[in-house]
Amino acid sequence: MSKLKVATCSLAGCFGCHMSILDLDERLFTLVDLVEFDRSPITDIKQIGVCDVGIIEGGVCNAENVHVLREFRSHCNILISMGACAITGGVPAMRNRFTLKECLDESYISGMGLLDAQIPNDPEIPLLLSKVHPLHEVVKIDYFLPGCPPSADAIWTFLTQLLSGQPIALSYTQLHYD
Amino acid sequence: MLVEPGTLGQTVEEIVQRHGSLPTRLLQILREVQDSLTWLSPEAMDVVAKALGLSPDKVCRVAEFYSFLYTTPRGSYDILFSDNITDRMLGSRQLLRYLCDKLGVGIGQPRADGRVTVGVTSCTGMCDQGPAALVNGYALTALDKPRLDRIASLVNQLAPLSEWPPEYFEVTTNIRRADILLGRHFADGAALRAVLKRGPEAMLEELVKSGLRGQGGAGFKLALKWISCRDAPGAVKYVVCNADEGEPGTFKDRVLMQEYADLVFEGMTLCGRVIGARQGFVYLRGEYRYLLEPLTVTLQRRREIGLLGKNILGEPGFDFDIDIHLGAGAYVCGEESALIESLEGKHGVPRIRPPFPTTHGYLNQPTVVNNVETFAVTAKIAAEGGAWFASRGTLESKGTKLLSVSGDCERPGIYEYPFGVTVRRVLEDCGARDAQGIQMAGPAGHTISPKQYDRRICFDDLSTGGSFMVFAKHRDILDGMRNFAHFFVHESCGFCTPCRVGTSLLCDLVDKVHTGHGARADLDEMRRLGRIMKAGSHCGLGQTAPNSVLDSLDQFPEAWMRRLRSTSYEPAFDLDASLGEARRLSGRDDPGAHLPDEYSDMVRLAGLLAEREAPLSDDERNLLGVMP
Amino acid sequence: MNGGPLFTIDDHPVLFQDGQTIMEAARAAGVYIPHLCFNPEFAPHGSCRVCLVKVNGRTQASCTTPAMAGQVVQSETEELRDIRRGILEMMFVEGNHVCPACEKSGACQLQAVAYYVGMLASPFTYFYPRRALDASHPDVVIDFNRCILCELCVRASRDIDGKNVFAVQNRGIQAHLVINTPSGKLGATTFSITDKAAQVCPTGAMMIKNQGYGSPIGSRLYDQESVKIVGDVAQVPESEGGRRHE
Repeated sequence: MSKLKVATCSLAGCFGCHMSILDLDERLFTLVDLVEFDRSPITDIKQIGVCDVGIIEGGVCNAENVHVLREFRSHCNILISMGACAITGGVPAMRNRFTLKECLDESYISGMGLLDAQIPNDPEIPLLLSKVHPLHEVVKIDYFLPGCPPSADAIWTFLTQLLSGQPIALSYTQLHYD
Repeated sequence: MLVEPGTLGQTVEEIVQRHGSLPTRLLQILREVQDSLTWLSPEAMDVVAKALGLSPDKVCRVAEFYSFLYTTPRGSYDILFSDNITDRMLGSRQLLRYLCDKLGVGIGQPRADGRVTVGVTSCTGMCDQGPAALVNGYALTALDKPRLDRIASLVNQLAPLSEWPPEYFEVTTNIRRADILLGRHFADGAALRAVLKRGPEAMLEELVKSGLRGQGGAGFKLALKWISCRDAPGAVKYVVCNADEGEPGTFKDRVLMQEYADLVFEGMTLCGRVIGARQGFVYLRGEYRYLLEPLTVTLQRRREIGLLGKNILGEPGFDFDIDIHLGAGAYVCGEESALIESLEGKHGVPRIRPPFPTTHGYLNQPTVVNNVETFAVTAKIAAEGGAWFASRGTLESKGTKLLSVSGDCERPGIYEYPFGVTVRRVLEDCGARDAQGIQMAGPAGHTISPKQYDRRICFDDLSTGGSFMVFAKHRDILDGMRNFAHFFVHESCGFCTPCRVGTSLLCDLVDKVHTGHGARADLDEMRRLGRIMKAGSHCGLGQTAPNSVLDSLDQFPEAWMRRLRSTSYEPAFDLDASLGEARRLSGRDDPGAHLPDEYSDMVRLAGLLAEREAPLSDDERNLLGVMP
Repeated sequence: MNGGPLFTIDDHPVLFQDGQTIMEAARAAGVYIPHLCFNPEFAPHGSCRVCLVKVNGRTQASCTTPAMAGQVVQSETEELRDIRRGILEMMFVEGNHVCPACEKSGACQLQAVAYYVGMLASPFTYFYPRRALDASHPDVVIDFNRCILCELCVRASRDIDGKNVFAVQNRGIQAHLVINTPSGKLGATTFSITDKAAQVCPTGAMMIKNQGYGSPIGSRLYDQESVKIVGDVAQVPESEGGRRHE
């Protein structure tokens, strides 16, 4: 049987969920026997190929996030929303309590120590959405794995159950939102 | 119209005293204070609170709860268009915009000179003679552009309402079909004479024999309710007439209160005699403000001829009187325990039940709450006997039912039928030749498609409070569903989670699909929300709020499917529009500053592919999500 | 089993006394029914709807439904779990519940009940309301983002503290908690940290200042055992990570 292909990425997140994947420690060896990583910070592959599973941490805060997320959706059979930011918008979404103008003004116009204060307009910089959104408001999500980050144990339970076709059943201490 | 600040205290004081400084009159007091001030300023509310010895937050709670009470400034003329789907069918939205343009005012915002506000409100119960509106609480009917032209100039001239053309305020009763309730003459006092002659016990037997059930829609056996209240411990008992006819599309209680008020009052007095109550209340919906004076006159006349007051018909100890309380724009107050809360001067959040009003009602005393139509019928039964009534209708639903017919038909109005009449028969009688569907019993009721036109209107099949709104074939039935979804968002009291949050979530999804941005997944989510709201909500409002959406998903699936995109999933918001603010702030408009709609790209691509037989490029595969 | 009237919850017989609700009888019998606006020290409120059960086939709030002999009550069915989960999902999208950034996380009853009903995520669209924070009081901060309108603080302040500091205003989705002063600020009230109202919030909407993150992750109130075992945050002493003053 060929290995399942897995891609991962972080959008408006902190890479904490990826750190938690690394926390799988020696279980990573078992994992790479079961799956092959495609696009992922782990492989440094930049372009996603056709995959069985996509795992995304972080919410959607800008146009680039939307492009990457759509790309993942169209390339992955199963898409997993991992961590508080992907699921709820999380800490980045706390800016939703302010208008985008207030946020940009604070960062680029009225903040301390700014010279030639202006709101950046370089096309290289992804444009911000007016609000940060969880993934499921932009594409269809098949599974949710909460946590900030989900513990390595939770990730392990989740992946092994998913890969073996079992229903997902996290233990009490593996299900948390923080 | 406006009162000088210096006289504020005096104005409020006068009003409060006229109401005996009773906290139970708070809602009435606030209505009147607003009538003189156009809105309830914090200062005005403070004065009311002090005068009644209430904490300011209680007064504020009431002021903020009712949609006809304003805690921000309004115009001296407050014009509210009835926003029911039947008004919309008659062009109310265009008229609303027309008047706003004419007056130079935005929707819901007072004009800069403070003279006028134009807004919308839930159904005002004039569905058979819309488009309708309220001006300073008084009903306007049959609006059209010439009338609005005139209204605009009257407003600009500051003409008092008494100088407006009286025909603008004319409310016709449109009784199209009369049966035993509307058709037979009733001699005032006949029911009361009967109860005096035969005694309350015999009257109850007649009511049992009649099989009469509450005509508000719930269908509780009337005699059981009265007996339960009569037998409940408590020296003071109350009779409450629910004239808070808020179900959009219903107006039969308005007709009864306008033309048959004696019958209703007589039914209430009869109830007082049977259960041992001396005080009755009519809870009249704020939209029927225009009925207050005529009803007050009727009550006074009945007192003068000995049908109300002390020693009714000369019978020592037969004391009963009736007060009218006006509502102030809250559909939830049609729920009997919320109505009682409102009657006590509070905001109208439904109580925990049990205990039920028959044991713990107004001021926690045993109380009978019945609908206007129910009281009218009891008076007839008392005069003519239970068997006479039971000879009409079906086995489980005795007697007749008033239907308020509106929407796409030639003869909208009131139709009285024996229970058991088929939907088809009603459609034929009202001249609805091309009905694609009916909304029965209001947005909380049943959405009926032609394959159900042979169903019968009665408690064991299609139960109804009386609303019957017809949608012709050329209508988009989803316009109705969307209108109803917004109605429930506006009318949820906010007490319990499933209704408070669920009505908003459901409405957003209906909007999404209706505007062509929905996908299959949204319909599934609507069904799940509906299940949660029905099972979980605290009162009937939340439990029935998803009915029209759920029914129409079953009965008119093609109406929903037609609106869906071919995708299985669509984003919850407009992605490109969400970049608009950043585009403006950064001054960017390059391609990277836009998010093309995936769907339109796919449609375009699918069109291209249909013309071409070459294999897909990688980009095209990506876009279509095609796996190799 | 001896004496007294009985009903059953999920086929287990439960003894009750006349006048008890299903919730009260279940609690007394050690049967957990998830809840948020219910607190045994207060009259039932019935607004959160998390404690829904089926009584003889009809869905009702167990905290407001009187117990009666012979009732057949269902609680832990998949159907009810889905409805309860749905209600929790609604609460999480209605407010701004950012667990990773909340000091109450781990000792929050809203979160614990969501764990109990197995909520992984809310599939609904987030409202992201713009609500204020009130830090005007020297000892307590109110974060309106986290309020679920259970009205426990309203009830406690009115009925036990006799201060009437809190109220709910407006209706429908506009309903929100307010502070009963002209300025709307808690600092302008007589509210005190020792008030009953300071001990009853099931979420992080009311936070005590000058303390926080007292227990490390892993040993917070609900970290190891579920709310079913641990109990309500308002019933656990402060020294054990709850809210109850000793």
